Amino acid sequence: MNWKRASIAAATAAPVIALFAWGLTRDPNSIPSPLPGREAPTFALAVFAPGQGDLARPVGDTVRLDALRGKVVVLNFWASWCLACRDEHEVLSEVARGYAGKPVQFLGVLYNDVPDKGTAWIAEMGGQSYPSVDDPGARVAIDYGLYGVPETFFLDASGRVAYKYTGPVTAGIVRLKVDSLMAAAQPATPTAPAAAPAEAAGPANKTGSDK
Amino acid sequence: MTRLLASNAILVAAAITALGAFLMPFAVRRGRRDWLMLGYAAVYTNFVLVTVATLALVWGLVSHDFSIAYVAQVGSRATPTFYTIISLWGALEGSIVFWAWVLAMYGAAVVWFNRNREGNLVPYAALTLLVVSLFFHVLLIGPANPFGAVFPVPFDGPGPNPLLQNHILMGVHPPLLYLGYVGMTVPFAFAVGAMLSGEVASDDWIRLTRRWTVASWGFLTAAIIAGMWWSYEVLGWGGYWAWDPVENASFIPWLTATAYLHSVMVQERRGMLKLWNLNLMVGTFVLTILGTFLTRSGIISSVHAFTTGTIGYFFLAFIGIVLIAALFMVAGNSDRLASDGKLDVPVSRETAFLLQNLFFTAFMFTVLIGTLFPLVAEAARGVKVSVGEPFFNKMSLPLMVALLFLMGVGPALPWRKAAGPELKGRLLPGIVLGVLMLVAVIVAGGRSVYAMLAFLFAGFALGVNLQEFVRGANARVKAHGESWPMALVRLVAGNRRRYSGYVAHIGVVLVAVGVAASSTFKKEQEATLKPGETVTVAGKTLRFKSAWGRQERQREVIGATMELMDGDRVIGTIEPRMNYYPTSQQPVPTPDVRSGWTGDIYLNLMAFKQDGSNVTVKVIWEPLVPWIWIGGLVLCLGAILGAWPTGDRPATRTAGAPALREGAA
Repeated sequence: MNWKRASIAAATAAPVIALFAWGLTRDPNSIPSPLPGREAPTFALAVFAPGQGDLARPVGDTVRLDALRGKVVVLNFWASWCLACRDEHEVLSEVARGYAGKPVQFLGVLYNDVPDKGTAWIAEMGGQSYPSVDDPGARVAIDYGLYGVPETFFLDASGRVAYKYTGPVTAGIVRLKVDSLMAAAQPATPTAPAAAPAEAAGPANKTGSDK
Repeated sequence: MTRLLASNAILVAAAITALGAFLMPFAVRRGRRDWLMLGYAAVYTNFVLVTVATLALVWGLVSHDFSIAYVAQVGSRATPTFYTIISLWGALEGSIVFWAWVLAMYGAAVVWFNRNREGNLVPYAALTLLVVSLFFHVLLIGPANPFGAVFPVPFDGPGPNPLLQNHILMGVHPPLLYLGYVGMTVPFAFAVGAMLSGEVASDDWIRLTRRWTVASWGFLTAAIIAGMWWSYEVLGWGGYWAWDPVENASFIPWLTATAYLHSVMVQERRGMLKLWNLNLMVGTFVLTILGTFLTRSGIISSVHAFTTGTIGYFFLAFIGIVLIAALFMVAGNSDRLASDGKLDVPVSRETAFLLQNLFFTAFMFTVLIGTLFPLVAEAARGVKVSVGEPFFNKMSLPLMVALLFLMGVGPALPWRKAAGPELKGRLLPGIVLGVLMLVAVIVAGGRSVYAMLAFLFAGFALGVNLQEFVRGANARVKAHGESWPMALVRLVAGNRRRYSGYVAHIGVVLVAVGVAASSTFKKEQEATLKPGETVTVAGKTLRFKSAWGRQERQREVIGATMELMDGDRVIGTIEPRMNYYPTSQQPVPTPDVRSGWTGDIYLNLMAFKQDGSNVTVKVIWEPLVPWIWIGGLVLCLGAILGAWPTGDRPATRTAGAPALREGAA
């Protein structure tokens, strides 16, 4: 038995095992987005589903992202063929209603779908409180590096992407992000510490999005 | 009741394997044969207990006993019995049960056949088998326990994943894969036994496990081909191989095992490559565990992903132990593994084997690195990158072409000495056939260099390997005056090992031709058709007759009836379908394939109008694809010829065991 050679050989296993151990702590399906912290890609898209009450915008109206400066924007990419979108639909409508009158804009972006189907889906789901725009040719989806639906982007008042969420959102997450971004938009006060965008930009990944 | 029986069987099996593994080293050290027999008894008892647990789980599935966690997870009353039984391996926990059972079976069989051999090789091999078994028991008690209790007991379950109950090959591919994968534990256990017992310099461990290795290799080969067939028949994209991590996980150990089957002949003949062969066999086992780890732990993203939990950490720990122990033992024993012989002449059978091993190893590293690349890239640079088909195709094509060439040259070269003038005669049929196939591929419009080389060398290898049969049989006809078919049978029977290899080579050629032709000459088209309209692809005309729907017990089926036309005459119908399972919103595409000698017409239903007024179908002409499956069968035939047990089992060194003689008689 050559102990020295044996020990050296056995030691070579260490980096391999270390690599796998590290790999286990990662989620292979997460696709990190380079967008958080950067200027949000702008767009001008036409509304196809108006939304309800105070949040409504007329069908055919063009939503320009530039015009939303000063507001926190929640951009939710969805499709009528997307199953996980059904899970978050109610949540988003509900939370959006709660921010009526505040400087927050919820906006649905239809992905890889036709507006007729989108409208029918909204009706089937019992309505949507905020407007949705169509994204023909998925141009905006490409700008945002969409991997699947649903994905939700939170833009701060200065028009930067603060946070991206993959998969169906929960009410808690949406409120947390929107509140912190609204607080950051106001001059800092002792009671409302400003959350830096970078802090909110940690990757959150959930499975359950449709690719 | 069933649940308790099964889970207790596993608990007891775990305790007994642990005891047996603990006892074995003492039995060997103290030379206590009675303790040794107890250790062997642990191996057999383990098999009995795991069989009980496996049968209990199958019974739980069949009797819809939803109080068992696994049954509640994959069972449903609407699923046909066949798919209910085979859902044993349809999800993580059940597949580990099945794995443990196959392993216990192999262990019991190989120990039983070698129980009377003196020396410490078999006891240490049994120890290794017990330790590996124990690991799977730990999985079954811990992170992959299928026997958890469900309360309140649901009345019905969701049924297996729709993709896993949509084709009969689900009953074929996984068990073959496990038989092949797990079977590699046997030669590994004997390699470890050889190292621990100090018998590593002798070839005994190789001779004792030769048939087991060939059989496992045959199962693995059959499993890979059946997996290709399954993906072809089920997934609807018209392909059979996508370099997905799970496919690679089965292919990587196959490459090292194939290299081993060849290089081991150099050791037996010439006493060379001992250390190398030990490395290949130990490596093959490590790679099977690594492949399982990669696909079960969720460390690499794959379409085949199993549900994951903490099982990854258990596998990691096991891989760590196996890898460290293996490297330690192999390197520690390397001094004893010096070659007895040396390479005499540069162009001989040995050289062909060396090159073959070089290419197979390079192939293995290529696939391994490609598979692990996403992990390495993220660790090194923090970026998400994965390498896809282009990488694998680009890297593997030259290797495949070179291997086809070697497969033609190798059998014609003599051992030890330089090739004499008779070489020309042995190569000539191959050269003729190769050139003919090259001309054929050029006439057919193939312009890629690799396609041309693949056909040229495939023809060459086919010619040379066939020639070996013809020459040998002719010699017998002349010498013994036998009839030609009789001469052929006796030729093969008289040297089954050698000719089984040539049969396998012919199988590989057929697979290679099918793969090369279908990747070069595939034609596809999508068409939206109203009833009566036709679409023509590669000269085959199909007419859309009607769309239909029907309710089956466990699913809803929408189908399109397409008629294959010859002029105005209908010569056949093809019915691609979409199956809707209640647990899945997405339909499961169910393509229909019409096979002929020259290729497949492959139809997939893409979309349909609810009222049946039109359908969209994808039509693919897949030239020579059936030859891949035929080649797979020929490969299996080769493996069966090579592994079939006969009376001429290699004599063990101890002839003083009467039981063995009786058993072998």
